[in-house]
Amino acid sequence: MTRAASVRFVNVSKLYGGVRAVNNVSFEVAAGTLVTLLGPSGCGKTTTLRLVAGLERASSGQIFIGDEDVTALGAAERDVSMVFQSYALFPHLNVLDNVMYGPLASGAKRAEAQDMARDKLGLLGLAGFESRLPSELSGGQQQRVAVARAIVLEPRVLLFDEPLSNLDARLRRKVRDEIRELQQRLGLTVLYVTHDQQEALAVSDKVIVMDNAVIAQEGAPQELYERPCSRFLADFIGESNLIDGEFRTQDGRAEFHASGVSIPLGVTHVPPGAKTVALRPDRIRLRKATSAPLSIARRVYLGHSWEYTLAAPWGELLVVAPIRDEALPPGQAVELDIDPGAAIPLER
Amino acid sequence: MRRRSADTGLIDMAAATAAVACFAFAPWAYVGDARSGLAWVLDGRWPIAIPILACLATAWLARGGFATARARCAFSGLGAAALLLYGFFPFDGRPSLALGFGAAVTGSALVWQAARALAAAGAFKADRWVATTTVSIFAAVVLFVLFPVVQALLAAFFDRNGSFDLTLVLQRFTARDIWATDCLYSDRACGVVVNTFVLGALAGLISTMLGLAFALLAQRGGLKNTKIFDALSVLPIITPPFVIAMALVVLFGRTGVVTTFLDNYFYIPRSRWIYGLPGVLIAQVLSQTPLSYMILRGALQGIAPSLEEAAQTLRATRWRTFATVTWPLLRPAVAASVLLGFVESLADFGNPVVLGGSFEVLSTKVYFAVAGAQYDPGRAAILALILLAMTLSAFWTQSMWLGRNSFVTVTGKGDNGVPPPLPKGVRRAALGVVVPWVVLTVALYGVIAIGGFVTDIGRGAMTPTVKHFMTGFSVEMTANGLFFSGSAWDSFFVTVAVAAVAAPITTLIGILTAYVLSRHNFIGRGAFEFVTMLAFAIPGTVIGVAYIAAFNTPPVELAGTGLILVICFVFRNMPVGVRAGLAALSQIDKSLDEASTTLGATTGVTVRRVTLPLLKHAIVATMVFSFVHAMTAVSAIVFLVTARYNMATAYIVNRVDAGEYPLAIAYSSLLILFMLLVMLAIQLIVGERKLGRRGVPASPVGLGAH
Repeated sequence: MTRAASVRFVNVSKLYGGVRAVNNVSFEVAAGTLVTLLGPSGCGKTTTLRLVAGLERASSGQIFIGDEDVTALGAAERDVSMVFQSYALFPHLNVLDNVMYGPLASGAKRAEAQDMARDKLGLLGLAGFESRLPSELSGGQQQRVAVARAIVLEPRVLLFDEPLSNLDARLRRKVRDEIRELQQRLGLTVLYVTHDQQEALAVSDKVIVMDNAVIAQEGAPQELYERPCSRFLADFIGESNLIDGEFRTQDGRAEFHASGVSIPLGVTHVPPGAKTVALRPDRIRLRKATSAPLSIARRVYLGHSWEYTLAAPWGELLVVAPIRDEALPPGQAVELDIDPGAAIPLER
Repeated sequence: MRRRSADTGLIDMAAATAAVACFAFAPWAYVGDARSGLAWVLDGRWPIAIPILACLATAWLARGGFATARARCAFSGLGAAALLLYGFFPFDGRPSLALGFGAAVTGSALVWQAARALAAAGAFKADRWVATTTVSIFAAVVLFVLFPVVQALLAAFFDRNGSFDLTLVLQRFTARDIWATDCLYSDRACGVVVNTFVLGALAGLISTMLGLAFALLAQRGGLKNTKIFDALSVLPIITPPFVIAMALVVLFGRTGVVTTFLDNYFYIPRSRWIYGLPGVLIAQVLSQTPLSYMILRGALQGIAPSLEEAAQTLRATRWRTFATVTWPLLRPAVAASVLLGFVESLADFGNPVVLGGSFEVLSTKVYFAVAGAQYDPGRAAILALILLAMTLSAFWTQSMWLGRNSFVTVTGKGDNGVPPPLPKGVRRAALGVVVPWVVLTVALYGVIAIGGFVTDIGRGAMTPTVKHFMTGFSVEMTANGLFFSGSAWDSFFVTVAVAAVAAPITTLIGILTAYVLSRHNFIGRGAFEFVTMLAFAIPGTVIGVAYIAAFNTPPVELAGTGLILVICFVFRNMPVGVRAGLAALSQIDKSLDEASTTLGATTGVTVRRVTLPLLKHAIVATMVFSFVHAMTAVSAIVFLVTARYNMATAYIVNRVDAGEYPLAIAYSSLLILFMLLVMLAIQLIVGERKLGRRGVPASPVGLGAH
């Protein structure tokens, strides 16, 4: 499909009364890519999505789809489709009529609309379900009908608002992969809202993390996970131990000191003014020691791994160890081995 | 693949074309003169041309798109203003003309153009459909509710010659027969305000107590079959308000069945106790109790049983659970029910007029100030003003109270709990009240059912006969086909026709209003909401007085037509549709509208293809209610009927007045039967909502005033 277009926000703000739901946001979604808007609830990600759809009008700034400025256009006039969190399937129409709705509303002939709808239903493996009512379908099937209805107009941009939140955990992974596969097969431009960081990492070409109505960081999934730029991001994407202390350089190698514990860092460059280090729990290895400032306080069995909570001079430290490693008993004194590059210095 | 819906000005052009066509060919003025607008202008009444020119100018500008929006607003607004202004104050010195068909079309065209121009200027979020709908409804409500009511109430401040007179106002306002409290400490009569208030308060309290007893028994009483309660609760909706009063007279009047029985066997002397406060109160409580029952039963259903189960697991006894959990959660609904009973009692006209005797209330007093021997519109206006103030303060109290105290929410989530049975004492007390009440209700409807078939049930003459039906409803076979010679046929046909015409219009306006209110936000929304709900708060007698005062003279001269009856019902019953629509829309997720919009549908298409189909049940309920209300209403109608357009209820009230009870009862039973059949037929046609698992059972809607 060659109709896919880019989306560009230029200094867009949205105010509700005096509250800024979206504050001076600029970003770009390249044509044919899947970009996720990720963030805690109330961060402005859904408002951003609705601004693209035209369901909300920007208070200031400009929105472009392709080369066209669509800021002043209403939802019906934008070439954008949306898959709603609740699916929003019309309960009084059957599956075929739901999918035909868009073409008919856009002035297509009935026969033509039917062909388009059947085509997309086949694509999503829903052939044979045409005459069912939405209430007679399972959650996963409803979701696929919602996707079929959204892509039937071959929109230039397709929007997803938390599409997996009404599915059970097992189905979530399957549908997630289906959405990604469909996007790549049809070369769609997709903007995808979620609050689940794992989902975001799994499906995206690029992730935009929002916090408090502004963009906190954007980048490829791996980049975001490995090089978070703030405490918020280090904690929000994956789990992190955030430890305050000071950085020192000895023999050209950086070390981190906190409350009498020194942690060797694999990096040579430490930004000036950095006061915090983020340690991923799964990138720390524990070694038995006879006496050390660190000891095991609690141990939890998680099936695929051990989860240790260590008592440390600054409080607690979370460590996740593979299950095949020797189990360490509570009270055991330990030393830390940190993978080179696994400790992330943070300015804030 | 997507169509842009640009405004090409086609619709403005169409509106202007229609207006010009009507201007040139259709009668411009109302009654007696078929001259077109063009003919009037040629006759020298040049101001009639102003609105037409404005209409044309707007249509011409509309081709220019958004740039000319402000100019279009100005032209269409000025045109409409000129039309009205010339109607009220003919500034060329000629007598004012009653606006007719041509003028109506021109006015509508201008309102449409103004709405579209406003949307083009950015109002209503630039949505032309919402703008047109809202502005049209607003204009209609202002013309047919706000204007007559304000004009009628202003009469309170002027004397017979039309000059403002403050001392007269004060004199009218402080009249002794309005405020006197003598009856509280002597045997003289109280003022009409005191009577009305006492009656309303008692009616509200007693009907709520009874309704609560019914609701508790139905929901928690462990009764096998509560269908009878639901059946009884439908009856008052299809019973004209004075019919109960009539049946009460037949049973308990001086020569009534029960009175005679007690006199003959227990030597209790005959008396006229039923005429006055006791009779009116019983009649009002009888018609109000089922409404209270429905409110309170709904509230009881809304209390999650898990709350009460939680109390029980915390070692609370049945009685303690009821007193500390169930009752506090129920209290807001109880308050709502008391206030509604109060308001309904204030608005009631049929029962006091039949049973009041020397006990006067505001609604009857307003009527006699207009229709009685002592015609005094100023006095009627001040009484109407007081009545309106009392009603509005009751509504205000209710909204203040409910705004802060509504705990009962329908989440739609399943609750697996089982509500606890009632404490024994409460159950016994409830049964003790409910059983005699059901017996009384059955007896009263029994009277209505058989009263038409015996010589004179009111005097105990029980010889079977069909002569009353023959008088009212005889049909003769003549050479020209069937001839409906019965005296009641005319009013029956008018009633059915008026109700059938009014019902769909009421529904359309009511549901569209609800849609606009629940789904769209715009400047002036608060004012729009206020005027549309105003009609609900205004008692029927006030509306009747207002219509007679406002629409008896040009420019809007409608008195004596069938049209005024239709208009009256449309705007009286519209709030029922608004309420039903709002309730139903709150159950429909907004994302359905949004999904439709993102699929390229305009607002009009969304409403037609998504919203209205989902509102099917609310639409049918409104349709039924407005039809039935139009057939049973009395209060506003008694002012508006004429010999040519008589309504069934007015006809029956006149029969009662003339003492012809058997004919009145025969007619009433026929009306009730007819409405039952209509409701059953609609139920059969519409059937159950089929939305599968998500289907929500339709709830009873609408608590209209008679």
